[in-house]
Amino acid sequence: MKILVALKQVPDTETKIKVAAGGTSLDPADVKWITSPYDEYALEEGLRLKEAKGAEVTTVSVGEEKAKDVLRNSLALGADNAVLLKSTETGDPLAVAKILAAYAEGKGFDLVLFGNKGFGSDNGAVGAMVAELLGISQANLVTKLEVSESTFRAEREGDGGTEVVEGTLPAVITAQRGLNEPRYASLKGIMAAKKKTIEEVDGAAVTAAMAVSALTLPPARPEGRKLDGDAATQAQTLLGLLRDEAKVL
Amino acid sequence: MILVFCELKDGKIRKASLEALSEARKLSGEAPVAALFVGASCAGSSDAAAFGADAIIKVEGPALGAYSSDLFAAVIADAVKAKGATALLGAATPLGKDVLPRVAAKLDAGYAAEVTSLALVGGKLQAIRPVYAGKAFATVDFTSGIQVASTRPNVFSATECPKAGAVETLPVPAVDFKAIVKEILAKGGGKQDLTEADVIVAGGRGLKEGANFKLLEDLADAIGGVVGASRAAVDAGWGIPHSMQVGQTGKVVSPTLYIACGISGAIQHVAGMSGSKVIVAINKDPEAPIFKLANYGIVGDLFEVLPELTKAAKALSLAK
Repeated sequence: MKILVALKQVPDTETKIKVAAGGTSLDPADVKWITSPYDEYALEEGLRLKEAKGAEVTTVSVGEEKAKDVLRNSLALGADNAVLLKSTETGDPLAVAKILAAYAEGKGFDLVLFGNKGFGSDNGAVGAMVAELLGISQANLVTKLEVSESTFRAEREGDGGTEVVEGTLPAVITAQRGLNEPRYASLKGIMAAKKKTIEEVDGAAVTAAMAVSALTLPPARPEGRKLDGDAATQAQTLLGLLRDEAKVL
Repeated sequence: MILVFCELKDGKIRKASLEALSEARKLSGEAPVAALFVGASCAGSSDAAAFGADAIIKVEGPALGAYSSDLFAAVIADAVKAKGATALLGAATPLGKDVLPRVAAKLDAGYAAEVTSLALVGGKLQAIRPVYAGKAFATVDFTSGIQVASTRPNVFSATECPKAGAVETLPVPAVDFKAIVKEILAKGGGKQDLTEADVIVAGGRGLKEGANFKLLEDLADAIGGVVGASRAAVDAGWGIPHSMQVGQTGKVVSPTLYIACGISGAIQHVAGMSGSKVIVAINKDPEAPIFKLANYGIVGDLFEVLPELTKAAKALSLAK
């Protein structure tokens, strides 16, 4: 079995967001870069399948030189190969999907694993787009995955319940929290990863379908008020305010 | 033309779909808007006329009874092509978020997820959408010929605007689909998804144990809300499922009313709920950061305040 895991390098989720000069992007100063948290579940699932079924796990990331950090980390965790698809087109999900699909096409991957969304851009789109571009099945927001020779069964967070999706391989699976508990890299793994080579390939030339023309911070919320009195009085006051002042009940 | 992919639930158009339809109507001006329905039965779709649909397009048949992402994507993309639509909207529901990116790729169209504002600029969509889990907003300009966007529930208003709603039927394409929903486990008991709820009562570490979530459920029932939780509560091993988690690594919600109980207001939680219209915080720690966001704050013991709130709400019969 051949597994491709797509990884995205994103700002740490605790990052205080500042807008860069120009007003269209994140100010990268002081930003700590990490592997997008959901992608860690995708990689872990790939590694578990490798251990259980003897798969070959390749990780791939679309980006610039610094994205090699997440690839290096994936090698430390146990990925067999890592590939950087060099491109600056990382702002449009369709462009990223095309670069990934162009790479994966014809390489015989049985599974292409993603996090259900990249932290920050929050599109949750690239996995489904790659599935479409490759003409294969998809299951998003997966919390449990079983694969056989040629089929999969996935439990996903659907509409007001857990949906069971069954389909044929190859497939795109996007991981949701709960799928597994990602491992930490061992010292041995980290040392071994330093000696491995990260393959660098120019990402396919694509035209973006959209561009960010402004990045702004949300307006501050107005000063609130604290309610006095004992619990019964506070409860009465609150319901009165919600009904008559805020008009939300 | 703007085409709006609409979903039916229990024979009614989902509110989030009506919001998308209304927004399409507003954007379109005099240009036509069509509402698209896909399923085993499209009964209930005629209500789309009241919310601005010039045309109601139905694709129905037994093959569409269970959701298949590749089949539904083919149906929706075919409809976009058949109608010559240049923009496709749909609500950012679990199904919408699953299928719309796939449709976009099929149409070589740009896709903006969970938009909170839309405009037409030079005949193409421009969207504003939350990024970094709501810590910033991006204005996105499309350059593709067709543009696809999912609208965040509870942000746009569903406003009546009666139009003809001329019904058309399109055939189910003969697609040999590759994946399908086989069954649905652990149904949520008819409860609304958090992302679509108007009112959310959420609990954090201050609830002390899972059984105490009953207090939140009682209040939620009394005011017509749904219960959510902070990551601390989900991670505490109280049996609170991740599907209830609000926050950066959970669900991002934008209800009309969010009542945070025993939640301190960590960045990770705030990122998931700061888009709420009105926020109430109940916490015994007057310094809890959640009070900085709250329109109304109650410094007090939630074990005393919640039952009082439930009692008072019941007296007012506030459940919708």
